[in-house]
Order: sequence, then C-alpha cells, then structure tokens
Amino acid sequence: MARITAGVATSHVPAIGAAMDLGKTAEPYWQPLFAGYDWSRQWIAHEKPDVVILVYNDHASAFDMKIIPTFAIGCGERYRPADEGWGPRPVPDVIGEPDLAWHIAQSLILDEFDMTIINEMDVDHGLTVPLSLMFGQPDAWPCRVIPVAVNVVTYPPPSGNRCWRLGEAIARAVDSFPEDLNVQIWGTGGMSHQLQGPRAGLINAEWDNRFLDLMSQSDDGEALRAIEHIEYLRETGSEGIEMVMWLIMRGALGDKVRPLHRHYHVPASNTAVGHLVLEPAR
Amino acid sequence: MSIDIHEYLAEFDDIPGTRVYTAARARQGYWMNQFAMSLMKAENRVRWLAGERAYIDEWPMSEAQKQAILDRDYNRCLDLGGNIYFLAKVFSTDGLSFLQAVGTMTGMSPEDYQAMMIAGGRSPQGVRSIKEKR
Repeated sequence: MARITAGVATSHVPAIGAAMDLGKTAEPYWQPLFAGYDWSRQWIAHEKPDVVILVYNDHASAFDMKIIPTFAIGCGERYRPADEGWGPRPVPDVIGEPDLAWHIAQSLILDEFDMTIINEMDVDHGLTVPLSLMFGQPDAWPCRVIPVAVNVVTYPPPSGNRCWRLGEAIARAVDSFPEDLNVQIWGTGGMSHQLQGPRAGLINAEWDNRFLDLMSQSDDGEALRAIEHIEYLRETGSEGIEMVMWLIMRGALGDKVRPLHRHYHVPASNTAVGHLVLEPAR
Repeated sequence: MSIDIHEYLAEFDDIPGTRVYTAARARQGYWMNQFAMSLMKAENRVRWLAGERAYIDEWPMSEAQKQAILDRDYNRCLDLGGNIYFLAKVFSTDGLSFLQAVGTMTGMSPEDYQAMMIAGGRSPQGVRSIKEKR
C-alpha cells in the first residue's frame, strides 16, 4: 500500500532558485538561509521518497487569467520548468507519477473535491524551488512528483478549512492505492511577505512563528483552520495567504505529528522563509 | 460555514497600502495582465523591447493602463487592475528582480528598501487596519 510518511513545509521564493542557479549560496546574505536546509537534505537522502505530492501555486506561468482552477492536480508524465520572463531555470524536468495522480484525482472527485485535472503544463519557481532546496542540484530529481496547484492569486482563494480537508482526502486516496510507495506531501509558499503597494516588505516574525508552532502540534487543526483570509492579509502581507497551502500538507498527516526539523529566516528577497519537516505519529 | 461576500470584500479596503486582487480588479485588468503574460515568450520580449508603444497598442487596454506600463508605475498598474505576478513579466524583461521592482512601490530608495528587508522587514505595527489604527 502507498503511504504518506512525512510532510515538508517550505517557502518557495524565486530568488532562492536564482541564488542556487548562479552559485551564490555561500554568500553571507544567503548562507544562513541554506544552512537551515542542511539537516533536511541529509534526512531526505535517507528517506528516499518515491513520490512527492507537491502543493504549490502557479504565479501566472502555466495559468494566466483565461482559466483559474481553485484546486488542480497534475496527472501528466513530465513537466518542464517554465520561462517566467528571464528564461527557464536550469533544473531537470519534473517527472510525474500518472498512475497515482489519476488515482488521487478520481478518489478526490468521488470524495466531493471537484479537482481540475492537468495533463500538460510547465511548472514555475513555486514547484521547482522547493525541489532545489530539498535536493540541491542533481542531474535528475530523485523522486517523481505530483503537482497540486492551488489558486492563491485571484480572490477568493480556498479557505484554510477547505485546504485542511483536502489534505485529509488526499491521505485517504493515497492509503487506498495498492502499489507500495513511500509518499511525502509538501506544502509550499509563505511565510509573511507583501510584494505590492506602499506596504510592501511587510514581515511578521511573531505571527509566522506562532503559525509554525500550530503546524507542529498534535491536534485537529482547529486554530489553524479558523484563520480567515483577512487575518493572513493584515498580519502577513498580501502574499502571506500562500500559507493556506501548508494546511493541505498538515491535514494529510492526521491529528498527531512529530516535528523533526524547523527553520525560520528573514529575509530572502522580500520574504520570510519558513521550513518544517513533520512526521505522522500514529 | 457561511460568509457574507459583501462583508468579506469590504474588509479588503481597510488594509493600508494594499490592493487585494479581487474579481473586480481581475476584470478591470484582464488585458493588462494578459499583455504582461505575453512576455513569457522570448520572441515577444524581443518585439516588446524593440518598440514598446507599437507592441502595447496591439492590446485592447485603456490608454491609462498602457501609460502606467510604459512608465513602469507599478502602483498605478495595481490601481488599474494589474496583478503583481503578471506585472513581474514586465519587470523581469527589464532585468529587475522582485526586490528591485517591489521596492519601487514603497517610495523608498532601492538601498533603503533592501536595508529594511535585511533588518527584518516592515513591521505590521500600525499598518494592519486603517479604521482601527493598529
């Protein structure tokens, strides 16, 4: 049986990818950020997940204003890094896992989560930067990836509660897949940041750390699920809303979790970087 | 869980210095954002850089929207329905990073904005709510 063995949360700031691609990770500005991922890279080299369900948002790359899916799942064989305006990142193509992805898509729809199914798309920094942070710069990514894209750009994005429940449904779907697969689920984006207007540059370390506390504790997520969009906007900046995607990961792990690793760093470009590694504790 | 959509949307106007990308803004800015999106293609970037006015005139945008883009006035672009992830295609084509482009909307110099971020960013104190002054 397939099983979800761990959850990872991480920010996906494009400048992090650029710093890696341009060989700047040892510079004083970047070194403390990347140091917080050293433990995680050793851990994941040992864990060797077969598949990562990677929850992220597209930043006007695969999806423009023509079509705006709230929840979409990639069922394709392969995804290329998107050209976001400065050429595609020099990272490997992302290899999909169509059998499990289609199984999850079908299961979710029967479970009353009406997913959009994507067979062809390019993937932007939202998906490739977390892979780079966790795996470094290999010639090929060491796992297959199922992209789950969430709209957090055009309002309203899904509620935190809905995200948590989608995570629970993804876990049920994985549990019913007959093949023996080690599956991780990653929630990406955040933490506090605002990329627009005179309030740009907002960072709220106190709020972010409380959020990391809540993500790491064993409970039914009542406090996390109750955070409204307006609170994310006021407290964490207009782009902090990406943190609803972490709740999909957390919901998929079940009530009881064991926190294995935690990292918080300000800044990466305009953004506060947060990172967690969690294990379901059954 | 039932949410009153009117109250939900009205709260967005209470956040200082912030334009939440609502459906109303998405409608107003549709072609401005789709124009920006066209710069995802290398051949379009070449055409745009070779003649910005001619390129932008191919798009059914208002004159105000066109001028805001030509001026790289990103606050004005946001007011006219632009979204930052779409506008990013314009400033990326200019060779600007998010840090450089975002800073232009704050009224701060690039050096001061960068220094503020390194010092921990902008405090949320006083910029959470206009009416509650917190």
